[in-house]
Amino acid sequence: MRAAQKAVQTAAASGRTILDSPAIARVIDRIAHEIIERAGDEHLGELTLLGIPTRGGPLASRLAQRIGLFVDRSADPIPVGSVDITLYRDDLRSRGVRPLSPTCIPDGGIEGRHVVLVDDVLYSGRTVRAALDALREVGRPRVVQLAVLVDRGHRELPIRADYVGKNVPTSAREQVRVSLVETDGIDEVVVR
Amino acid sequence: MRRHLLSAADLDLADATLILDTAELIDTALAGREVKKLPTLRGRTVVNLFFEDSTRTRISFELAAKRLSADVINFAAKGSSVSKGESLKDTALTLEAMGADAIVCRHSASGAPHRLAEWVQGSVINAGDGTHEHPTQALLDAYTIRRRLGRLDGVRVAIVGDVLHSRVARSNVVLLDTLGAHVTLVAPPTLLPVGVESWPAEISYDLDAVLPKAEVVMMLRVQQERMNASYFPSVREYSRRYGLDARRMAAMSDEAIVMHPGPMNRGMEIAAEVADSVRSTIVEQVSNGLSVRMAVLYLLLGGASTSEAGVA
Repeated sequence: MRAAQKAVQTAAASGRTILDSPAIARVIDRIAHEIIERAGDEHLGELTLLGIPTRGGPLASRLAQRIGLFVDRSADPIPVGSVDITLYRDDLRSRGVRPLSPTCIPDGGIEGRHVVLVDDVLYSGRTVRAALDALREVGRPRVVQLAVLVDRGHRELPIRADYVGKNVPTSAREQVRVSLVETDGIDEVVVR
Repeated sequence: MRRHLLSAADLDLADATLILDTAELIDTALAGREVKKLPTLRGRTVVNLFFEDSTRTRISFELAAKRLSADVINFAAKGSSVSKGESLKDTALTLEAMGADAIVCRHSASGAPHRLAEWVQGSVINAGDGTHEHPTQALLDAYTIRRRLGRLDGVRVAIVGDVLHSRVARSNVVLLDTLGAHVTLVAPPTLLPVGVESWPAEISYDLDAVLPKAEVVMMLRVQQERMNASYFPSVREYSRRYGLDARRMAAMSDEAIVMHPGPMNRGMEIAAEVADSVRSTIVEQVSNGLSVRMAVLYLLLGGASTSEAGVA
């Protein structure tokens, strides 16, 4: 009886895997193709990918690498950077001071570029709002799009993603945990 | 991080490194931007409470707070009710009643910010108290060294001149020791404070012997306004033995840098040609001061305040 209870608890603690490593690779490839398709030949050269730390960074790098492969731009790689949104959050006072992450705008800036923001999970939309505020201070892109690995719903702002890896209906009590090789040593998305 | 920044001695290695790293991240976030403004501290109020004259520190704190979108009130003792005899405590309580989230305090009495911190709810930042401490100056110096030399651990730093009256020297010795640097104080015996043997620094009276080994030479201002006795025979004599001129600079190693907290007495502790040379970081120190003070303000005010955390 007790053993059975424990087994249930362990299963609950580890959660259910909604994307494993091959699935994440397939999702990234699909989004890469979608970005290429939507940008079209005329704007492909204006593409700049900006990841939102922490896990948006590696995702942006992977996307840029795959896009470069699919359109054969090995000589002229897609510019990738990161934009930390901590200093633009509207909920800084809700808890203790948050550590900052690096911001790195690629050479050439974002002025007139086709910018794709990349994040791991889209939830309330507040992170994206903060990222848009941060971008506004850096320059004026021609277009800003949003790519996310997981959209878990519960939006609090009128924001949607242009590219979604997987839609995952969740309850607010659940947690979506994205792990990537670069930051966590393993590729997986788990809901618990 | 603690609630206040009163003394460099309060910072352990983790705190000090966090401040320097945060300054660097703020720097990179603002690099190459036309509008160097962040919305982070919107609605927070920072009071600059200066009982002593200051140019760069007060302006630096004011600009740092404004770049983070905090509201800034500048309070100079001259022309305020302090000249009518209002006490430090009453002044502080008045400012707090007006909703100050942080008080940046400079005072001619050592320990004044510590007293202030006992009376107010908000954060207190020591911007120089008497001959005691000036922690943000030490932080910006450490930041400047790290940016120029790429490291702090094991760096050999010579701090030269009027150590006796220098809060900059005191804060620097403590902070640089925490960060792993080796400090040598170089000064005439009359300009070293009592008890300096217990500081985590070596002591020398001979600048020429120290210079070739130093990677950082930090010149201190001779604080004539605090000198009510003769600490050295003449300005020329001081300058000859402890001033940094082009000849002495030539004895320094190739990568070594020259620092000065400002304001400088050109021709006294530092020659104009040294102050304006490529080794000099004096102008950089000022701009780095802005980043470091933004980092300090963010780390003290950027999260939930203690009262807000109590509610949450």
